[in-house]
Amino acid sequence: MASISLRQVVKRYGSGPSAPTVIHGVSAEVADGEFIVIVGPSGCGKSTLLRMVAGLEEVSEGDIAIGGRVVNQVEPAERDIAMVFQNYALYPHMSVFDNMAYGLRNARVPIAEIRTRVDKAAGILELGSLLDRKPRQLSGGQRQRVAMGRAIVRQPSVFLFDEPLSNLDAKLRAQTRLEIRKLHAELGVTSLFVTHDQVEAMTLAQRMVVMNGGRIEQIGTPEEVYARPASTFVASFIGSPPMNLLPGRAEGQRFTVGTATLDLPAAAPRAGELLLGVRPEHLQTQAQGWALRTDMQEMLGAERLLYGQVGGLPLILRVDATLAPPAPGQTVHVGVAAQHLHWFDPQTLKRITP
Amino acid sequence: MVEHRPALNLLSHVVLILGVLIVAFPVYLTFVASTQSAQDIATARPVSLLPGSHMLETYKLALLGGNTSTGSLIPAAAPMLWVSLVSALIIAIGKIAISLLSAFAIVYFRFPLRGLVFWSIFITLMLPVEVRISPTYAVVSNLGMLNTYAGLTVPLIASATATFVFRQFFLTVPDELVEAARIDGAGPLRFFKDVLLPLSATSIAALFVIQFIYGWNQYLWPLLVTTSEDKYPIVMGIKRLIVGEAFVDWNVVMATALLAMLPPALVVVLMQKWFVKGLVDTEK
Repeated sequence: MASISLRQVVKRYGSGPSAPTVIHGVSAEVADGEFIVIVGPSGCGKSTLLRMVAGLEEVSEGDIAIGGRVVNQVEPAERDIAMVFQNYALYPHMSVFDNMAYGLRNARVPIAEIRTRVDKAAGILELGSLLDRKPRQLSGGQRQRVAMGRAIVRQPSVFLFDEPLSNLDAKLRAQTRLEIRKLHAELGVTSLFVTHDQVEAMTLAQRMVVMNGGRIEQIGTPEEVYARPASTFVASFIGSPPMNLLPGRAEGQRFTVGTATLDLPAAAPRAGELLLGVRPEHLQTQAQGWALRTDMQEMLGAERLLYGQVGGLPLILRVDATLAPPAPGQTVHVGVAAQHLHWFDPQTLKRITP
Repeated sequence: MVEHRPALNLLSHVVLILGVLIVAFPVYLTFVASTQSAQDIATARPVSLLPGSHMLETYKLALLGGNTSTGSLIPAAAPMLWVSLVSALIIAIGKIAISLLSAFAIVYFRFPLRGLVFWSIFITLMLPVEVRISPTYAVVSNLGMLNTYAGLTVPLIASATATFVFRQFFLTVPDELVEAARIDGAGPLRFFKDVLLPLSATSIAALFVIQFIYGWNQYLWPLLVTTSEDKYPIVMGIKRLIVGEAFVDWNVVMATALLAMLPPALVVVLMQKWFVKGLVDTEK
């Protein structure tokens, strides 16, 4: 078990002033035994960050410490970590047993001990009957479990997951997600999990790190990140459909959006240009309120998404599917509670407290 | 294309049978000639296409040497076969070993002038033995390697082709595999031995077949560097049976030719499965 500290970590490819920088001074603290999910769009540097923790990429600036020990110059095998790769990276010519045992053999663990550890991991992951198979004789889900088994047998103090579920189909992904959570509850090993899938991030994370463009946008529990997004990026990245963001002019309890002027349930934090964020599920149809001209609707089963326009700007509304939908072109009135208003600065795109 | 039309079937069979005949007939003729007596071959016009009755004695003569009925001395083929076998094995194994290591270095290590090194190896593709034969001869001769196995094989071992083939293969090995091995605590050599070598097995087999035949069929180079009979390879031996003003014992020549054909054929037949897999397989 170990904590992880990232202190002003920078990653640059090449040297010199024109070298492209992909991570711009990232700092974060991961407590012992915590399950952290790093989430962000592709190219945001989340995998690079994970690979730097693993020791597969060099750290250009700053420090990475695992269990209090700075590991910038430590070989991956010496960092007491285990990694699960996106495409599993199983050795194709080795049996499942050998795949799991390879790292232990290199570490000169006694054969009897290897046998016990592999058997135990195989038991946890239900791989017992597959130990003699070659990776190509396994299904995608089984390969994924072998990759996890290879990580477990090492008994590392940190697990690193690099989008391990993205090659699985939707059903298997949901199932494996649960298994990973169960595994973490059982072993209690500090884990870093990289994904671009916000559902995975929300469901797995004890705390999540939202990254964009090589910077951390927000760190917090899934509840915090969802309820109080620190920037417009987080607001639109987490949540599906994303949060509605309306640019406009605020003046007391009035907010001018395009051609419409909306009455607010509470005063805006300041007058002038602002971005108003409202989650689709927090908008409620009511007798009086913002006039929303509906364009189309999507039926999702339990709920219905209404796409419309307010003052000429698009707005999405999530309503109960049992209610009759308005006809296209019809105007409905919607309102929102004061605590569900999010305000962002249109220049910095950061959240304005409260 | 899967079509089942009788005319098309017939046509494809005719073409294939013609192909087989063209390839196989000379070999058959060689065999037939090797079973007849020298006199029969010399007098029969055209040569009989039916096997004769002198097979065993001819092959014994070709293998172990001795005097023919016409009195000419036939050198034994067995030691020459041995020389050919040893040289071909050294060349094939040496080429594969060196190419594996150089491809490993080029693909997996970042060192200064890596590109230049690769291209200089690659450029030697344009310089086969025949082109650089005089300087190579000078070197081998100055090193006192004439009439040795070293002289027969070392200049032929360096191989840009095999290096290139292995480089291409290594480039297709996913990076994650290298990284997984690093995390599993495998150093470069251990990774090479435990992961890369087993994965290259089919490529190695395919190259072994090709290079063994290449080494076996060498003629010009052994002709230059060997002057003592105990280092003559079999291909030279066949040629030696034909020169001279004396009556040529074609039956012995043909028997020796067949004997010379045998080991490469065996290598191909035994390793056929791997050979095809190594050239075709891209699965990893």
